[in-house]
Amino acid sequence: MIGIIDYGLGNVRAFANVYKILNIPTVIVKKPGELKNISKAILPGVGAFDYAMKKLEDSGLKPLLDEIVLAHHVPVLGICVGMQMLARSSEEGALPGLGWIDGEVIRFNPSSLRHSMRVPHMGWNNIKPLKMNSLLQGLDFDSRFYFLHSYYFQSHRSEDVIAVTDYCGEFACAVNSGNVYGVQFHPEKSHQWGIRLLENFAKL
Amino acid sequence: MLYPRIIPCLLVKNKGLVKTVNFKNPKYVGDPINAVRIFNEKEVDELIILDIDATFEKRGPDYNMVENLAAECRMPLCYGGGVTTSDQVQRIIQLGVEKIAISSAAIENPNLVTEAAECMGNQSVVVVLDVKKSFTGDKYEVWTHNGSKNTGKCPAEVALQMERLGAGEIVINSIDNDGLMKGYDLALVEKIRESLRVPLTVLGGAGSLHDIGRLIHKYGAIGAAAGSLFVFKGVYRAVLINYPNRKKKMGS
Repeated sequence: MIGIIDYGLGNVRAFANVYKILNIPTVIVKKPGELKNISKAILPGVGAFDYAMKKLEDSGLKPLLDEIVLAHHVPVLGICVGMQMLARSSEEGALPGLGWIDGEVIRFNPSSLRHSMRVPHMGWNNIKPLKMNSLLQGLDFDSRFYFLHSYYFQSHRSEDVIAVTDYCGEFACAVNSGNVYGVQFHPEKSHQWGIRLLENFAKL
Repeated sequence: MLYPRIIPCLLVKNKGLVKTVNFKNPKYVGDPINAVRIFNEKEVDELIILDIDATFEKRGPDYNMVENLAAECRMPLCYGGGVTTSDQVQRIIQLGVEKIAISSAAIENPNLVTEAAECMGNQSVVVVLDVKKSFTGDKYEVWTHNGSKNTGKCPAEVALQMERLGAGEIVINSIDNDGLMKGYDLALVEKIRESLRVPLTVLGGAGSLHDIGRLIHKYGAIGAAAGSLFVFKGVYRAVLINYPNRKKKMGS
């Protein structure tokens, strides 16, 4: 069963709806005890880094999440700020991240962008897969995803980056290390391409 | 590449969808959830849904409606209407909305924009400026409360102020062009866009894909929003939810 982590941030029901269309059972996880029965986890998120980390801390889910992801190797998919939370730290805040993938989160630098480029990076953009990865199966450069962010994940290990997106230079839009996955875009709001990605995650 | 965003903007009044002309004469055009379902099928880029009664009636957001809309949307949703506190912003984000539009409250209490950006991140904080030409026609002014109060403020200055305070997107809504379907006010766009560094979305006046095409051709990855264009069909304005397919969109 896929558990959608509900720590009070992000579109939990949107994920549940996509999986309902796919006939894949999900459960919304609000309490630590509910984590025991899940075989995969989705960590959604819309919000600033510290706010999201604090919310996760307050939910009481963090210690057990750490355990199922790090000790039991349950596959987890972080979405948007949920991906950024996988890092060790973020320029957006002072709190430490989960540290499940070696990297840090940094801000787009508006002065390094061309004048037509704006921050936040907002809207539909292509992804460029860098390697074969089950999460991205069937998704190529023609696939489009919805992005909404001012910060991005900078991986310390290049092999963890599985896809990049060009926004005045390429940044990591999808990462994977072992059982931990993260995407910067919103698959739950990215029509057919997002549905495909969430289906891929369910099949891992 | 980052694509331009073509965004239907839906107005809610008494729980139904309406379309106005110059912010007046709301005409009932259907049920919000039903419209969202059709827009899902058409794979729209994004949706803006504005509750136009809320601020005017001095009430907060209808959370029940927002939650149902957010759950139904398979595209990013920007909700606006009656948002006056940071707590309301947090609650709406928790319901599954990606972006919150603040309008009158941003002008009356600019701190709200900063507070909202601090917890939600600036990418989720949208300021909508309703703009009208002054009586003498020589300048533009920002109006609030669904076009009933003139602040006398200059839209370009307010837009920049909101960007500094933490807004991640500015939506410029032309009261003069609303519902007329005769094209965007490009002179207004020109005045505001140059100095802004956050994304800009333009609303008010689009009557055809050609109008949207002109805007995109000139400004690239801009937000092109429209109401009437996506809910009416033909010269008699028959209600028909519509949206260009991918091929037509690329052509516009």
